[in-house]
Amino acid sequence: MEKKIATRDAYGKALVALGQSNEKIVVLDADLAKSTKTIDFAKAIPERFFDIGIAEQNMIGIAAGLAASGKIPFASSFAMFATGRAFEQIRNSVAYPKLNVKIAATHAGITVGEDGGSHQTVEDIGIMRSVPNMTIVVPADAVETEKAVKAIAAYEGPVYLRLGRPAVPVLYDESYTFQLGKASFLQQGQDVTIIATGIMVSKALEAAKLLAEEGIQAEVINMSTIKPLDEEAILQSVKKTGRVVTAEEHSIIGGLGSAVAELVTEHFPVPVRRVGIKDVFGESGTPGQLLEKFNLTPQAIVEAVKKIMEQK
Amino acid sequence: MEKEILKELEDQARQIRRDIITMVGEAGSGHPGGSLSAADIVTALYFYLMRNDPANPKHPDRDRFVLSKGHAAPVLYAALAQRGYFPKEEIHTLRKLGSQLQGHPDMQKVPGVEMSTGSLGQGLSAAVGMALAGKLDKKKYQVYTLLGDGEIQEGMVWEAAMAAAHFKLDNLTAFLDYNGFQIDGPVSDIMNPEPVADKWKAFGWHVVEIDGHNMEEIIAAVKIAKSTFGKPTMIVAKTVKGKGVSFMENQVGWHGVAPKPDEMERALAELS
Repeated sequence: MEKKIATRDAYGKALVALGQSNEKIVVLDADLAKSTKTIDFAKAIPERFFDIGIAEQNMIGIAAGLAASGKIPFASSFAMFATGRAFEQIRNSVAYPKLNVKIAATHAGITVGEDGGSHQTVEDIGIMRSVPNMTIVVPADAVETEKAVKAIAAYEGPVYLRLGRPAVPVLYDESYTFQLGKASFLQQGQDVTIIATGIMVSKALEAAKLLAEEGIQAEVINMSTIKPLDEEAILQSVKKTGRVVTAEEHSIIGGLGSAVAELVTEHFPVPVRRVGIKDVFGESGTPGQLLEKFNLTPQAIVEAVKKIMEQK
Repeated sequence: MEKEILKELEDQARQIRRDIITMVGEAGSGHPGGSLSAADIVTALYFYLMRNDPANPKHPDRDRFVLSKGHAAPVLYAALAQRGYFPKEEIHTLRKLGSQLQGHPDMQKVPGVEMSTGSLGQGLSAAVGMALAGKLDKKKYQVYTLLGDGEIQEGMVWEAAMAAAHFKLDNLTAFLDYNGFQIDGPVSDIMNPEPVADKWKAFGWHVVEIDGHNMEEIIAAVKIAKSTFGKPTMIVAKTVKGKGVSFMENQVGWHGVAPKPDEMERALAELS
């Protein structure tokens, strides 16, 4: 049986370990600690946990002040509110002064599920990508989340860490080394490059299996750092395969697909197809139902690959 | 308080007002009205009340000041320059390309600027974060911040107000530069914040009301704040927009307009 763990669960555990080894770590939440899993830290190290209440803007502002005083704050909320409600606080109080604030947002994308479109942000990566000084990390599984939490704490500067609600397959084992700003090649292939991020990485691997059955060798890249983008890795791969399909649980506008398209258009123009949310809002349903409805499936990636193979 | 010290501070405030006029006039843009109204408070902080060392601007035990109403940057720059955080001649570069003196304070560029501000309503939250860090680290430093009376129309200010009282931040003192005007007109006409003192009291703050141009009252209020335990203090400082320049006083038009050369000359003559 495939092992599944939610990235937010891994985040909660990783924070505790980090907090126990580094006194500078402080954690803030906006009344969602049980959901974002910062509750683990709150229980383990209560003196360095601050629940700011339902006030995301203030949470980000306080985090900025803590960072300006030498702390390493991790501020958590749902991705919708962290990047939406508090956008300008992130922009002006964190990114502009390049303060060492980590915005670790959970419940990103449509797999929030039953809460519906009001809570399903498909814009957050795009919003954060457009802000100078911001680093964006979207872990694919629990192992990568744990390693990413350590890496972003060691990095001095603003980071947006995008995490999810449901349990997702564990892809990596403990020997995996996460490097901020570096893509992870999961499978080599000659025919097409599939670049995925977050929960779509496991779907990309499944798609690659289906494609292999039809004789198509896909190269699968996990782009867990979306900004700064590992341009070298992408260009190296597309120079070999000549085509690229991206997959993300995010709008096709502004996210990974846009970033990859922008890069290859400028440096090595090849056909690009983006699997993602097609400029629409989400709705209520189970995560599984929504992934089907919005075509975030291995089959959708396979279809995109086939279309792009016909293109040239 | 000794008469001599008082006179020194008043002279210093006058010099800071002169620098504000020079800076904004030479820049050709900026916010003289709200910089002049805050000049006495900022002078008292930087030249009497705060523990700070221009030679060591990042000293962990320093008192902090966050200019939440960041558009009053000229008053902060004038104080920092006068205090020796950067060479005085740099005040002539305000708002010019390549200058560290941006239109609104940038902590990445200017030594002594504790927080980048300018987008209203955000400074108090940062000050709350600094005060929390001080408590965590068991440091004795004080955190001061200055808000505009128009600025407190921002909802985030009240989120921060609630948090400061909740966390019992008695190491945090805020000033309200209550000059009565915002860009579009009198604060009471645009969106009346009254009863101001009662609002802060209701949010759990200790409130002191003073004349924000009376040096002795400013200093006495901060002493009260420092001896208040278990809650933050808001010093509601009644001020005059454009204070010190007769033709700017209480004139909303001088919120964000620079004096022309002849106006600069007249203003500087009045402040000599």
